[in-house]
Amino acid sequence: MDGGKDIDPVPARPDEAQDPSRIGVDDWVASHEGRRDRGEGLLAEIRTELERVPRPAFFAGFGVAAALLPLFTSNDYIVRVGFDTLLYMLLALGLNIVVGYAGLLDLGYVAFYGFGAYGYAMLASPKFGLHWDTLAIIPVVVVATAILGFLVALPSRRLLGDYLAIVTLFFGQLFVTVYQNGNRISFLGLTRSYDLTGGPNGIPDVDNYDLGGLHIGSVRGYYYVALIIFLLVLGCVYLVDLSRTGRAWKSLREDPLAAELMGIPVKRLKLIAFACGAGIAGLTGTLFAGLNTAVFSANFDVATLIIVYAILILGGAGSLGGVILGALVVNVSLEVLRTPGHATWIFYVVLAATLIAKVRPWKRLAVLLVATIGLGYAAHAIVSSAWPRGVEGSASVGGWFGDGLNGWELHPSNPRFIGNLAFVALVFAVLLLTMIDGWKRLAALVPTLYLASFVWENRLVVEPSITRLILIGVILIVLMNARPQGLLGTSRVEIV
Amino acid sequence: MSERLLELDEVSKSFGGLQCIERLDVHVDEGEIVSVIGPNGAGKTTLFNLVTGIYAPDGGDIRFEGQSIVGLEPHEITARGIARTFQTLRLFLNMTVKENVMAAAWSHTRAGIFRSILRTPGMRREEKEIEALAEQRLAFFGERLMGYRWDQPAYSLSYANRRRLEIARATATNARLLLLDEPAAGMNPVETHEITQLIGELRSKGGYTILVIEHDMHVVEGISDRVIALDHGIKISEGTFDHVATDPRVVEAYLGASATKTK
Repeated sequence: MDGGKDIDPVPARPDEAQDPSRIGVDDWVASHEGRRDRGEGLLAEIRTELERVPRPAFFAGFGVAAALLPLFTSNDYIVRVGFDTLLYMLLALGLNIVVGYAGLLDLGYVAFYGFGAYGYAMLASPKFGLHWDTLAIIPVVVVATAILGFLVALPSRRLLGDYLAIVTLFFGQLFVTVYQNGNRISFLGLTRSYDLTGGPNGIPDVDNYDLGGLHIGSVRGYYYVALIIFLLVLGCVYLVDLSRTGRAWKSLREDPLAAELMGIPVKRLKLIAFACGAGIAGLTGTLFAGLNTAVFSANFDVATLIIVYAILILGGAGSLGGVILGALVVNVSLEVLRTPGHATWIFYVVLAATLIAKVRPWKRLAVLLVATIGLGYAAHAIVSSAWPRGVEGSASVGGWFGDGLNGWELHPSNPRFIGNLAFVALVFAVLLLTMIDGWKRLAALVPTLYLASFVWENRLVVEPSITRLILIGVILIVLMNARPQGLLGTSRVEIV
Repeated sequence: MSERLLELDEVSKSFGGLQCIERLDVHVDEGEIVSVIGPNGAGKTTLFNLVTGIYAPDGGDIRFEGQSIVGLEPHEITARGIARTFQTLRLFLNMTVKENVMAAAWSHTRAGIFRSILRTPGMRREEKEIEALAEQRLAFFGERLMGYRWDQPAYSLSYANRRRLEIARATATNARLLLLDEPAAGMNPVETHEITQLIGELRSKGGYTILVIEHDMHVVEGISDRVIALDHGIKISEGTFDHVATDPRVVEAYLGASATKTK
């Protein structure tokens, strides 16, 4: 024991305490806010300062920044990526109501998105010869989608958790199937077959948005329309979140039975949450159909659902800022991967940043880097003399960095098979890393890093569509370990 | 005689073959504090679950303010004026202390989604009223749930404060009848003494009628106008505390038949 330290006197018994009003008020609880989520150092200070800024100011800041984006680029592709990101934000915003606030696991969500897109396409295309005004279509589609959401939730309003997830997943699949085969729908086999959805060919030649005579025909136009719609919906959701309804949703997420017994009509609120989420998804669908001028059922399958969920979980379910940040991280990072040069830069920068952040002290880091670089040059020298075909390819990135990589990395001329093997080996190597410790881990990290860069250069960078899914998986796994509440979510306590 | 607030008329409930409550008659008059005692498994909490609508009775009738409440949804029963706390605490742990109480004001407030988005004057006024109500209900517990605690998540509270918060939340429903399920469980002697006084104040200052399940006989003795003893779903004794505490059948239920014989 530390002899010099003063030992607190034994606390008085509660009934003998000098100041009875202090009973139960302990300092640990009083300093709760100060302890929560707060680390030390600069990052923590920045976070403390940011938490003081009211959220609407953040949203306004985001709106201004997003509005300026198209002015700084002449590249329509970048604006298009921005538009897609806004669509994902809208989708995540709707899902946030159902999953984040009300705590209902809705796996059929993307069907509402498709319903909205098809609804717009049917009312504004030569398909049925209808060319309604967009300002008329939007309310009709949003209300219809909300009613659909209400109807889907109606039989499942008594279901919880896993059961609800399965029922809604079925609904989502049912939607895709119906729309894929909707070109020969016959009512109970009694009537002749009608073509409602165009089947696998979808509905082409959909009209652009026409807002009361204002024709939106360009990507930039859609970007601004999407931004305005997003900010409006964000504002609405924010206000509802603060209201009586928002509190009721959160309380039923916390404890449905207690909520019911505190006078909250839990079933009705679940239906409202479903309908609100579905309405927002339907609205997003009209934007999608308006810009793409064609809809196909394949646009609304499980892959889209997974991305929306990834955004929501990554950003932090229940957090509006998290919706924005999650969509930016997921969609922008996925788009960047399409250009191999950029992707490779990001890969190595992220790798280096992770190592610098995680490997301590710096001597150990230096040993690791020197060993990895040395291993690379040694392997390159051996392979180039023994098996020249193994270094025939070249790095995916140019400039000095690419030249350096060319002398370090192995690039077989036909890397498909060996690259796949290496990928499997990499997965096992990473799993092995999680099981060992200390100097063994450091030693194993050297070949693993080299293997990772080999797999990246030879397989992942040339197949961005697969790499993006792997990347989302990796981001989610890492995040769920490091920060289970998501980037901007607040940590939740389930049982205490 | 004062008004019959709650009346159970030959209420029965069984789960499978297990008869939990059998032809039970219970009544609570306006302004009374009635305690329900009995060994574990006697059917006390089942009684609460029947009154609040979590379970539907197999037979008999439950009347509140003279009207039958059998078949109503639990939230409708709460809106009529019965609120409860839970033996195993069921707070909204990740919401703040104040939000917990504000959420319970649902049944006597009106603003819907559209009014919340438009922030109509009525909605803003109502929101202010809800907040004032929550603050007033929390102030009932003295310093315990005041000040910095309002904006802390409920999980940061100590056990005794969670019990207090549950009572505050139940009162925010503007109920006339409070059902308290073991309010003193897990509290130290000082806190138990406090909760005894508090239940008295809930009636004298708050005007609530209270039906309480309690195991701590000091609390039961301190608060009860009338005590009902249950065993195996049957009312075995009813009356003043002294009457019930000395009733041989109650002693038998708690300690076994031999205890009464050797006495």
